[in-house]
Amino acid sequence: MRIPLSRIAHGRSGDKGDTSNIGIIAYEDRWYPVLVREVTPERVKAHFGALIEGRVERFELPNLGALNFLCYGALGGGGTLSLRIDAQGKTMAAGLLGMEIEIDERELTD
Amino acid sequence: MIRIANGQGFWGDWLEAPVRLVEQGPIDYLILDYLAEVTMSIVQKQKQADPNLGYARDFPPLIGRIASKMKERRVRVVANAGGVNPVACAREVKRLAPELKVAVVLGDDVYDRVDDFLARGLELKNLDTGEPLAVIRGQISSANAYIGAFPLAEALATGADVVIAGRSTDTALALGPMVHEFGWRADQFDLLAAGTIAGHIVECGAQCTGGNCIADWQTIPDFANIGYPIIEAEPDGSFVITKHHGTGGRVSLETVKEQLLYELGDPQNYITPDCVADFTSVRLAEDGPDRVRVSGIKGRPATPFLKVSVSYLYGFKALGTIVYSWPDALEKAKAADAIVRARLAALGLTFEEIYSEYFGANACHGQAAPVNAQPAEVMLRVGVRGKDKKAVDRFTRELIPLVLNGPPTGTGYGDGRPSVREVVAYWPALIPREEIQTRVEVVE
Repeated sequence: MRIPLSRIAHGRSGDKGDTSNIGIIAYEDRWYPVLVREVTPERVKAHFGALIEGRVERFELPNLGALNFLCYGALGGGGTLSLRIDAQGKTMAAGLLGMEIEIDERELTD
Repeated sequence: MIRIANGQGFWGDWLEAPVRLVEQGPIDYLILDYLAEVTMSIVQKQKQADPNLGYARDFPPLIGRIASKMKERRVRVVANAGGVNPVACAREVKRLAPELKVAVVLGDDVYDRVDDFLARGLELKNLDTGEPLAVIRGQISSANAYIGAFPLAEALATGADVVIAGRSTDTALALGPMVHEFGWRADQFDLLAAGTIAGHIVECGAQCTGGNCIADWQTIPDFANIGYPIIEAEPDGSFVITKHHGTGGRVSLETVKEQLLYELGDPQNYITPDCVADFTSVRLAEDGPDRVRVSGIKGRPATPFLKVSVSYLYGFKALGTIVYSWPDALEKAKAADAIVRARLAALGLTFEEIYSEYFGANACHGQAAPVNAQPAEVMLRVGVRGKDKKAVDRFTRELIPLVLNGPPTGTGYGDGRPSVREVVAYWPALIPREEIQTRVEVVE
C-alpha cells in the first residue's frame, strides 16, 4: 500500500549555507528499515525537483531511527543571498514528509 | 549534578525566557546564545559607527533585570553576547549590575589581523569554493574565529558571575561550565563530545522543548508558557534534558530527536574547536515526564584548525510582492511575473538572479506542494540580486504599476515599493589553531 511518509515518521530541517539538511525520524524503531528502503537520496531529489540543484547525500543514524539528508544547492544560494522565502530550509522536512512511500500492511500494523 | 539552562536561541528570541528560567526553578548556569553569522557584520558596523557599541544590546538590560535573583540563587551566566566588542558589553553590564563580577573572553576577533594573515601566506581559502580570501579583501566587514569551551571555563575560574564571549561556538556555552565544574581535560574526548551534544540539543532554546516540533504538535501543551531547556549534567558525561515544572511545552524522545537532527551534517563528524562528536553514539531513554536521559556519547580529537567566519559585502537585492484574488489567482500572478521580466529585459537590466515565488500555491515546496486548483488568493513575490545597485533600485519601481497596467485584481501593495538591501555574504575558512590565542580579562 502507499502512504505518506508522515504516517510513520516526523522530522526537522535546517541549513548550512546553500545546503539544506533534512532529518527524518521513524515514530517506531520497527519502521526505521522502511525509511532506509524507501527514502533514498534519489527519491528525495526527484520529490523536490528543481528546488534541489545539486546532489543529495544520505547519512544513517540507526541509534535514533533516523536518516539525515544533505541537499546541496537547495536554498537559492543560502543565508543572506537567497531570494527564497524559505532561505533556511525550515519547511523542507514537512515537504519531504508529504512524499508517498510503499509499505506492506503487515509492516505498518505489526 | 549541575543544571545548565539555555534562555536564548538567537538574538531576538523570547525576552521572557531567561527571566523565567532564573525565577521558576533551580538552575546553576544560564547560557545565552546571541550570535548568528549575520549578527557579526551588523555589530561590526555598529562598532565602526560608535566604538562603545558592537555587541548584543539586549544583553546588559537583561542582566540588570535578573541581577538580584542571580545573586540570591547563585546563578552564573555564560553568553556570546560580546559580538565584536565584549569589553564594551561588559562595561554596560557593570553599569547596570555593579554587584556582579564580569569577565570577558578575547581573541576571537581577527578583523584587524587579516592583512597580516595574508602577508604571511595564510590564504584563508573559502571552504566551499576554494578561492583565496584576497579576492574579496576590499569588501570584508568582519572576521572571527570560532572558539571553544576551554576559554569559557578559564573565565568561570575567575569566579565571575557573568562571562561574556565574542564568537564562541554555540555548543561551547554549555560545555564550558561542565569543563569548569567537573575538571574535564582537553584529551577526554568522550566527555567533551557529550557536553558538545548537550549544547547542540539546547542551543536553539525551545526547539528541543516542543517548539517547531512536527511530532504531534497539536497535543503539545501551553505553548504560550513554553519552558526553555535545562541540562542536568553529570560528571560522567551523561545528562538529562528537561524543563522547569509547571511550564508549557514538552520534552520527549521526539522533541529531542528532532533537535539532534537540526542543522546536522555528517553525524559521525560533528567538528567543534573542542572535539569531533559522533551523533551515531547517542543513546536516548525516557526518564519520567518531560525528562529524556542521554548517554553513551563518543568523541574523537579536535582537528588542528579553527573555523573562521568572514563577512563581506557581496551586492544588493530587493524583493517585492503583489496579491491576486481568485478566480485564477495563480494564472494572474504568473502573467504579472512574465510582464515584470519582459519590462526588465526591455530596460536592458541584468541580474545575477531573478526568482519568483507564488505564496499560497507552492512557494515553500515547489513541485512537492499539493496542488490546489483554485486558491482564494496567491501572492507573487519577485526578487532580484546583483552587484549593480542602480539596476536593483530600478527593479523596485516595476511592481506597483502592475496594479493598473497588468492582470486584474492586483492588490496588497500598501507598503509601497520594496527597499534595496545590502547582501552581506559569509566566507568560511580554516586557520591553524595556534594562530588564535584567547585571553580572559575581568572587567571592573
